Amino acid sequence: MHGFANPARFLKIAKWLTVPLLVGGLVISFAAVLWGLTQVPPDRLMGETVRILFVHVPAAWLGMGGWTTIAIASLVELVWRHPLAAIAARAAAVPGAVFTAICLVTGSIWGRPTWGTWWVWDGRLTSMLVLLFLYFGYIALSSSLAREGQSSRIAAIFGLVGAINIPIINRSVVWWNSLHQPPSITMGQSSIDPVFLWPLLIATLGFSLLFGGVVLARMRAILADIQAEARLRRKALQAEELAA
Amino acid sequence: MSSTGSRELKPKHQRLVLLVIALVALVGAGLLAAYALRNQASYFYVPADIAAAPPQPGQAIRLGGMVENGSITTAADGVTVEFVVQDGQARVPVSYTGIVPALFVEGSGVVAEGAMRADGVFIADNLLAKHDENYMPRELEGMNSAELREELQESMAGSSE
Repeated sequence: MHGFANPARFLKIAKWLTVPLLVGGLVISFAAVLWGLTQVPPDRLMGETVRILFVHVPAAWLGMGGWTTIAIASLVELVWRHPLAAIAARAAAVPGAVFTAICLVTGSIWGRPTWGTWWVWDGRLTSMLVLLFLYFGYIALSSSLAREGQSSRIAAIFGLVGAINIPIINRSVVWWNSLHQPPSITMGQSSIDPVFLWPLLIATLGFSLLFGGVVLARMRAILADIQAEARLRRKALQAEELAA
Repeated sequence: MSSTGSRELKPKHQRLVLLVIALVALVGAGLLAAYALRNQASYFYVPADIAAAPPQPGQAIRLGGMVENGSITTAADGVTVEFVVQDGQARVPVSYTGIVPALFVEGSGVVAEGAMRADGVFIADNLLAKHDENYMPRELEGMNSAELREELQESMAGSSE
């Protein structure tokens, strides 16, 4: 665990992992979505619109996974003062927000032909929209703290408090009557026919690899930024000393 | 370090304990709020709710449930449909004038927006089809699990030949 606390060692591993994750994620996601779009039969009720499942569901899972990453990294930052945890949380926010937005948009497009409406204020849709707004708040807060050079502890507390929304999203279709369907996949049980389930699971794998690759790339960029700033500051100090 | 005694917590353990207590309190508050919101946050009433506490006639509500099999009838004007929404405990007759969604079929879920009329008929202004959690290709429709297993075995036997 503490081996990774060393940014130099982390950078070495991250540099080696970023490209395979990004390329692998892109290839697997593309293949799975193509499979879902062309090879899978239409659903008995929804017809062709079922194909949006292969983008909507993985995006929803990673939207929630992104905030779970923020929450775990925030906990590690607050308790163990791990220098990389704050950077990991900051790096996960933007891809998480993008996946949440993809989930909301594809869900809306699916809802129009299936339900007969683009949007309703039921428990699942509303809590997912709240998640997107939480991401916006988190991104604004953490980037302004970083710009001011202040401690990211407030962002970490925000990340932990916001995590309460994750179980609410998950349970919203069970606790409350909602227009959104109840969970299809629970504890190894699936009410999705295997013909739809396999491309869905493979798309999820691809999206997850992509998410991991983006997070690593962003962490490296943030670390490089910090290093560049430190170097500039050192140079400025040296210049001042020389002038004096 | 060890001489300070085992009673004193290391700072990081202290932070861990504090955070865990804070998180438990937070999750507890969240669950309590969600529990209290159980009725308010529901998107629609089911027929059993309507039977238990009949809403005022004319009060705007949403009614959700399953369309009873064999209950859909189209009125003489051709655009008014009448059907019964049931949830296994109670049934509510519904009347709706307009274009029904594509997924509106007998035995499937529906959410109707509208109000109760004084005679107990729900007058819907808008119908939303509710999709269930089952995803199945057309070819397998109507098969029960035994038939599905048979079909699967047949196709597996076919492929091994």
